[in-house]
Amino acid sequence: MAASAWLPPADLTDSGRPVLFPGEVERLFLSSIDLQAEENPSLPPLRSGFLTLTSHRLLWINDNSRFAHFIPLGSVIHAFPPKKSIKNMFTSPKIRIQVSSDSDGKIIGGKGATSVVITIVMRGGKSDPEAFYGKLWEVLKSRSWEVEEVMGREDVGEIRVSGSVEGTSRVRTAVVGVAGILRKEQEMWESTDKSLQDAFQDLNALMSKAKEMVALAEKMRQKLLSGSAAQANANDEEMGSKQEMQDWLLSVGIVSPVTKESAGALYHQQLSRQLADFVKLPLEKSGGMIALIDVYCLFNRARGTELISPEDLLQACALWEKYEVPAMLRKFDSGVMVIQSKAHSDEEVFARIISLAQKPDALKMGISPSDAALTLGIAPALAKEHLLNAESRGLLCRDVSPDGFRFYVNMFKEFELGNIYLVKDHGLYKAWISAASLASA
Amino acid sequence: MQKLGDFKLPQFFNYPPYFTLQPIRETREKQIQLWKELILEYCRSQKIFIVGLDEEFSLFSNQSIERSLSHESRVVFLSALVSEGRAEWMDKSHKKCLILWLKVQDWADYIINFVKENGLEDSVMTVEDIRSGIESRGTELAGIDRGVLIRALKLLEQKGKAAIFKGSSTDDEGVKFNI
Repeated sequence: MAASAWLPPADLTDSGRPVLFPGEVERLFLSSIDLQAEENPSLPPLRSGFLTLTSHRLLWINDNSRFAHFIPLGSVIHAFPPKKSIKNMFTSPKIRIQVSSDSDGKIIGGKGATSVVITIVMRGGKSDPEAFYGKLWEVLKSRSWEVEEVMGREDVGEIRVSGSVEGTSRVRTAVVGVAGILRKEQEMWESTDKSLQDAFQDLNALMSKAKEMVALAEKMRQKLLSGSAAQANANDEEMGSKQEMQDWLLSVGIVSPVTKESAGALYHQQLSRQLADFVKLPLEKSGGMIALIDVYCLFNRARGTELISPEDLLQACALWEKYEVPAMLRKFDSGVMVIQSKAHSDEEVFARIISLAQKPDALKMGISPSDAALTLGIAPALAKEHLLNAESRGLLCRDVSPDGFRFYVNMFKEFELGNIYLVKDHGLYKAWISAASLASA
Repeated sequence: MQKLGDFKLPQFFNYPPYFTLQPIRETREKQIQLWKELILEYCRSQKIFIVGLDEEFSLFSNQSIERSLSHESRVVFLSALVSEGRAEWMDKSHKKCLILWLKVQDWADYIINFVKENGLEDSVMTVEDIRSGIESRGTELAGIDRGVLIRALKLLEQKGKAAIFKGSSTDDEGVKFNI
């Protein structure tokens, strides 16, 4: 019996990628995986392929991506957790799932007459069975395929997630790219939300008390604020104790999960510190300056699901003024905002730019923002800011042409009014003439 | 060295930023001064009196570096000349600019000298004679713009150093100098 007799085949694209159903999103990807029905030796196993766990199916793709099969997650009745024992330590980890099938052991959608136990064998030593099991469980719980069926029925007609053996699963445009990522985020959020809800049910009473605490803390904070506004000349001692009070309130107050509603000022304070720590390494890597938009992306990517808004980021940076943080927010004339390490020196960057601009090639052709980016080891957008900055100090001047936007070392100072043919023997002008004349006819 | 006609161009004519209007004030000031000087020198050497903004003016482009002055820059530089009194807009729409590489007063002085040096105090000359006569050859007066010449003569007339009288047609306007 061929494998396609008991496992429905899955469609692959020309380049061997699985064709996903609408709304189907890939979750985990493993290699060197066997699928076997240990209890039914008559069902031929699939050896050493790629296993992809999606929101809808378990896909098994053979190792040169020529053919594939799948198990619809809707047919998975149960998944057994991986067993840890001395015996298992030396063999490849295995995860067993019980899947609904018909009496011949064929996997079809929906409720079958009976079931088979399929073992997923993770060869290759790289796979983490716990992680896989965890993800599998998550995905099974969220039951994404059901949602899709209900939603899609109107417009696409019957969506066959289970796909019968004859391969009537239709080839639809896969939902990948940004839409896929967004869906993934959404689903992650929803499942996190659900598990939080479950966990916190017992703590509801405590939560309401915490709310009262927070309200009290806020009231006191407001009082302090209005108090200090009313007194124009507060003496040092009073201010000191007020500050203490505020800090104490902030540190005591907030027991609930850090959300803006409950935490108020503390949220931004914590965020601000976290951000300062986070930003140290990227700053070092990019020569002491990163565009704010890049920090926004990096930081959110690192956080995963608890994304912060641009306003949060700005506020967090603004708070740095209060703490001893080796980073600062800087706004250029063009409006571009960057995070800059306090150790960064404009003068030092200028020195490097000038020396670049005086090289023979640069004298002849000028430098573009990408040339500067390469030399300075920073992003082109930031390099342009530096060049513009140097221009505003009179160190460079610009050349705008159909070829683009370039900068030259500022030689206007060398040209003499009233004596326009004069070229001094030594100096920049002379150097420029030699460099420039080497090329032109 | 590059030339435009028989005019020798300065080296900085090949400096690409020279052809881009500089945004930074100090740099721009210098750039404007340099262009003013270059325009005046060039026009003087080539006896150019009128620069049309919508027309080709070879000084405003440099083929070898493939750069030309934008319309905006031309307006800026010419306006700077106008502010200094070294040029005048000939029309309200600022399309044509009269370049006074010698100011009208300077021309008047030049004419006085010219008249003295050639012993023309008592003779009557036509305006055209002054422009293209034998005595004028090799002087700045050769090929001078008629309009400018007449203005200079009128200035002299006001000071009582010359008398202009019309002939039977415009070409015959004559001048007698009383120096």
